Amino acid sequence: MKNQLFKYTLRLGDNALILGHRLAENCSRGPYLEEDLSITNTSLDLLGQAEAFYKYAAKVEDAGRTEDDLAYKRPEIEFYNLQLTEQPNGDFAHIQVRQFFMDAFNYYLYLQLKESKDQTLAAIAAKSLKEVTYHLRRSSEWMIRLGKGTQESKQKMQQALEDLWQFTHEMFVADEVDETLLKEGIAADLQILKKHWNTKVNEILKQANLQRPEDGYHATGSKKGYHTEYLGYILAEMQYLPRAYPHAKW
Amino acid sequence: MSDTQKHPEIWNLLATIPDPEIPVLSILDLGIVRDVAQEEGKWVITITPTYSGCPAMNQFEDDILSKLKENNYQNVQIKTVYDPPWTTDWINDEALKRLEEYGIAPPVKGTQDKGVLFSEGVKQVRCPLCKSTNTSLISQFGSTACKALYKCNDCLEPFDYFKCI
Ligand SMILES: [Zn+2]
Repeated sequence: MKNQLFKYTLRLGDNALILGHRLAENCSRGPYLEEDLSITNTSLDLLGQAEAFYKYAAKVEDAGRTEDDLAYKRPEIEFYNLQLTEQPNGDFAHIQVRQFFMDAFNYYLYLQLKESKDQTLAAIAAKSLKEVTYHLRRSSEWMIRLGKGTQESKQKMQQALEDLWQFTHEMFVADEVDETLLKEGIAADLQILKKHWNTKVNEILKQANLQRPEDGYHATGSKKGYHTEYLGYILAEMQYLPRAYPHAKW
Repeated sequence: MSDTQKHPEIWNLLATIPDPEIPVLSILDLGIVRDVAQEEGKWVITITPTYSGCPAMNQFEDDILSKLKENNYQNVQIKTVYDPPWTTDWINDEALKRLEEYGIAPPVKGTQDKGVLFSEGVKQVRCPLCKSTNTSLISQFGSTACKALYKCNDCLEPFDYFKCI
């Protein structure tokens, strides 16, 4: 079970780290100052959550690795973040739709995890939930504002929904790690999570006058370390310095 | 919060360490120090983060270590705990007053917004400059992770609001 708990915690950290990194790429590129601050503050929250999960994963693994080793010294195939989190920023519509999908996912995930029998996961989830509540509200508002905005903003939002929809399916695919830990009362139940996520997404899309995309082809595999071509570039940028100068200090 | 009577000399030192971003508040005002204990000849200071990604947290740790070192406490370890999660309700009343005088509207206690959208979380935030309650939210995300941006509709000044979590 130790191995499953390590992997489960690592996944939580990976989702937060990669999404946080994507958002950080927007620093100084926000459409206006307040939104620039929102994006980077959300990114900071996610990086902080990633750090907490990695610290715990390193402790569970008990192999002498630190949170920094986990972030900076793993190859692509050992990253388990959802493929959605690594998708490129594209335009502002893609940034907000990706964020809305993930915020809704994280919100209902942490709502369950804060009741986890694993006390550390429960504590990190309870803390993160407070932050994700703000994130979800922000991205929900953007969905509505842009969906009901101009013809152009509506069309761009609908396009982003269509482009990213295929990556939402794997959020709810449980594997052996999820199932083992669910039985132990540690992991979240992905079927319940899916129900809540769908209700929230439908509610906000309706308010935003946007169409829920049709289910079609869907990507999977991140829980085995399979990724789209984008993750490698993120890691190359993120890991270059600590790998090139392993003893570098601030 | 743990017993401050136990090692008053350490708590008194901690009380002199300011928040690097809001210097009118000390780290004790914020309520992030959860415990001071002596374990096997070591001083263990237990702290809890305010916001997960708060960049000031590393600064807090460095400041605690150097403050204690200056005062001849050599063997000090910092332990971070997440449970119970930090809340703005732990900031004491006197500190809230200092925050307002400094120009930051203090958190309205016990009002973590429950609404789905920001517009549902409307609450009365008082302008720290002219004390008018005729204010409006500009952005839930302000100059640091812990602040939202408001403006006063009477004196027309923008101001920071220390938001509730
Ligand atoms: Zn005013």
